[in-house]
Amino acid sequence: MDNIAGQNNSLKWAVNITVALLVVAWLIPTVGLFVSSFRDRDQITASGWWLAPFSVELTYRTRADDAAPRQEGDLWIVEGNIFGTGEVADAFASGDASITAFGVTGRDPAAFAAGTEGENRDGGTLLVMADGSYRYTSTEEPDARGPRIYFAAATPPDFTMDNYQTILTAQTADERAASQAQGATFWDLLFDEEGIFRNFVNTFTVTIPATVIPILIAAFAAYALAWMDFPGRGLLIAAVVGLLVVPLQLALVPLLNLHNRIGIGQSFLGIWMAHTGFGLPLAIYLLRNYMVGLPRDIIEGAKVDGATDFQIFTKIILPLSFPALASFAIFQFLWTWNDLLVAKVFLPSDDASKVMTVRIADDLLGSRGGDWGILAAAAFVSIAVPVIVFFTMQRFLVRGLLAGSVK
Amino acid sequence: MSPLFQGIITILVGVFGCVGYFYAANLLLDKVIFPARGPNIGRNINRATAVRPWLFLLPAILALSVYLVYPVVGSFWRSLFNRSGEEFIGMDNYGALFADDVFRQALFNNALWALVVPAAATFFGLLVAQLTDRLKWGNIAKSLIFMPMAISFVGASLIWKFVYAGDPDIGIINAVRDGLGLDPMDPIQVPFWNNFFLMAILIWIQTGFAMVILSAALRGIPEETVEAAIIDGANPFQLFFKIKVPQIMGTIVVVWTTITILVLKVFDIVYTMTGGNFGTQILPSYMMTLMFRDDGRATAVAVVIMVVVLPVMIWNIRQAQKEMR
Repeated sequence: MDNIAGQNNSLKWAVNITVALLVVAWLIPTVGLFVSSFRDRDQITASGWWLAPFSVELTYRTRADDAAPRQEGDLWIVEGNIFGTGEVADAFASGDASITAFGVTGRDPAAFAAGTEGENRDGGTLLVMADGSYRYTSTEEPDARGPRIYFAAATPPDFTMDNYQTILTAQTADERAASQAQGATFWDLLFDEEGIFRNFVNTFTVTIPATVIPILIAAFAAYALAWMDFPGRGLLIAAVVGLLVVPLQLALVPLLNLHNRIGIGQSFLGIWMAHTGFGLPLAIYLLRNYMVGLPRDIIEGAKVDGATDFQIFTKIILPLSFPALASFAIFQFLWTWNDLLVAKVFLPSDDASKVMTVRIADDLLGSRGGDWGILAAAAFVSIAVPVIVFFTMQRFLVRGLLAGSVK
Repeated sequence: MSPLFQGIITILVGVFGCVGYFYAANLLLDKVIFPARGPNIGRNINRATAVRPWLFLLPAILALSVYLVYPVVGSFWRSLFNRSGEEFIGMDNYGALFADDVFRQALFNNALWALVVPAAATFFGLLVAQLTDRLKWGNIAKSLIFMPMAISFVGASLIWKFVYAGDPDIGIINAVRDGLGLDPMDPIQVPFWNNFFLMAILIWIQTGFAMVILSAALRGIPEETVEAAIIDGANPFQLFFKIKVPQIMGTIVVVWTTITILVLKVFDIVYTMTGGNFGTQILPSYMMTLMFRDDGRATAVAVVIMVVVLPVMIWNIRQAQKEMR
C-alpha cells in the first residue's frame, strides 16, 4: 500500500530525516549529561561534552625539579622532561599528552608556543618542546626547589568511574585511597559513609513494598467491580475514576497530621501506606478494565461447576490477569521510584532516610551546584534502575498506558 | 531496625495479611455466618453472595477513603483555619492568596503551562506517531523518544539544567549561541520566557506518552477508509488531516486531558530548576513553599488546584460511564 499513491521517494527521505532529527533532539540532553558523568571535573569545565572524545587543553604549573641544575660557564642549566616533574608526574602517568604552550608567570601560563624559546624571569631562557623536554638557562643559581614552569598541555580524554565512586561513598578519590590504605574495602565505604548509596538503598526500600501491597488489594476490588453484581457498583466505579485525578497536594497536610496523631509520623511505614493509597485508583481502574474483558464463558463455566468466587478469583482471574498486574506493577514502580513530593513530605528529613530524588533535589543541587561531574553521576545512579526496567518491560508499560487513560 | 529489614517484614505482613484477610473473611462468611446448609440454606447462600463483594472491596474502600477522600474534605476544612490551625478564619486564607502577587503569578503561569504543555506534547507525539508509522526503524525511534518517561522529574531537571548552563563550555544552548557570536545567557533567568524553557522539560517527558497512545490509535484506523482516500487521490497531507486525525480525535482529547491533569500536579521541575524564583512559580510548587510553614494557606492552594482539576474529573467520570453502557 505504501506505493499506491501519495508516497514517493523524496517524501520518504524527508520522513526519515525528520524522525532522525527528532530522535537526536530527544537524546541530546540525556547523552550530554551521561557523557559528562564519566569526565574529569577539569575537563568538564575546559570543553563541552560534545568535544569529549578529543584532547582538552588544560594549564598546569610545576617546578623543574626532575634534574639537578648544572653549571656551564656563567650559565646555570636545567634539562629534563616536564612530564616527569614532581607536581604533575601523577597527572601524566599515562604519558600521551603533548605540550602546546608554556610560560613563566601564572598570569600568562601559555605565553610561548611549544618549540619556541621564551625569556624567563631570571634573565635566562626557557625552551619547552611538545614532547615535554625542556631546557632552562639562567645566569643565577636557580631556586633549590626548581624554577617555576607553567604550561598548557593537550590532555587526552580521560573517562573514569571516579565521579560515581565519589558520589556513592561521599569521599573524594584521595579520601578513599586513605581509607583503603587503612584496610577498608570499597564495600565498607559504600555502607559506612554518608554517600548517595544509602539513599539508593532507601529508594528501593520505599519502592518495593509500595509496589507489591496495592496490587493485591486492588486485584480483589477490581474483581468485585468487574464480575460481581451488587447495588452501587456503578457509583463505586465512577468514584474510582474520579479519584484517579485527585491532586496529591490535597493529601499532604491532612494525612501528615493524621500520621502524626496515630503515631506513625514521618516514617517508612507512613510512606508505604501513602503510596498504597495513592496508587490504588489507577490499580483498580487498570485491573477492572482488563478483567471485564476476560471471556465470560470461563467464569460462568467455573460457577456452574461449583467454584466459589474466591476460587474463581485465585485460580482463574489472577493468573489470566498477569499482563495487567505487570503493567500496574511497572507503573507503580516507576512512579514511586521517581517521586519527590510524597517522599519529601512523608519521610523524615534527615540524610539517613532521604530517598535519592530528595537527596539530589535538596542537597546536591545546592551544595554541589557547579560540580557537574558529581551531579551527573548522581543523576545517573538514580536514573539507571527505572531506565533498565523501562527497556526490559516496555511491552507491559505500553499496554498499561493504553488501558489506563480514560477513553 | 534497618529500614531495609523493616521493608521486607512489611512486604510479608502486607502480602500475607491481605491474603489471610481475604481467605479468612470468605471462610467466616461461608462456614460460620451464612453456612450453606441447615434449614435456611437458600437464604444463606443469597445473603453470602450479597455480602461477598463488600468483603472483596473493604480494604480498597478503606484505603481510598483514608488516603484520598478524607484529604479532600480535610484539606478544605483545614484551609478555613489560620496558620496554627486553632482559629477559624473562614475564607480569609483564600482572600490573602488572591491578594498575593506570587499566587496570582503562579495562577497565571499555571494557566500557561496547562495551555502550552499538553498542546506541544500532543503535537509532537502525533507527529512522531505518524512519521514512524511505516518506518523500518520506527520502533527504535519510538523507544528512544519514549525513554524520558522513565526518568524522574528531578533527573530530567538536572539533565536540562546542564543543557541550559550559562557556560558555553558546558551548556549546549550557550555553545550554539557562542558559535553564532552571541553573548552567553542564562535561559532560566530570562523574564517570562523562562517559563517556556521549563515547560520544554515536561514536553520532552510527555511527548513519549502522547506518541504511544496516538500511535496505537493510528494503527486502529480501519484500512478501508485510508485506501478509499488514496484511491480518490488524496495526498499524504490530506490523508493525515482529513482522514486520520478526525478518526482519532477522541484519543487526542484523552491524551490532551491526561497531560493537562499531570501539568496541574507537577511541582518537581520548577522546584529543582528555579525554586519558584525569577517569576516561574506555579501552584504546586507554591504550595510546597507554604507547606510546613503555613498549613492553612498551603491547603488553600491545594484546594484551588482541586477546583481547577474538577471539570476534567467530571468529564472523565462521564466518559467512563458512557463507555460502560
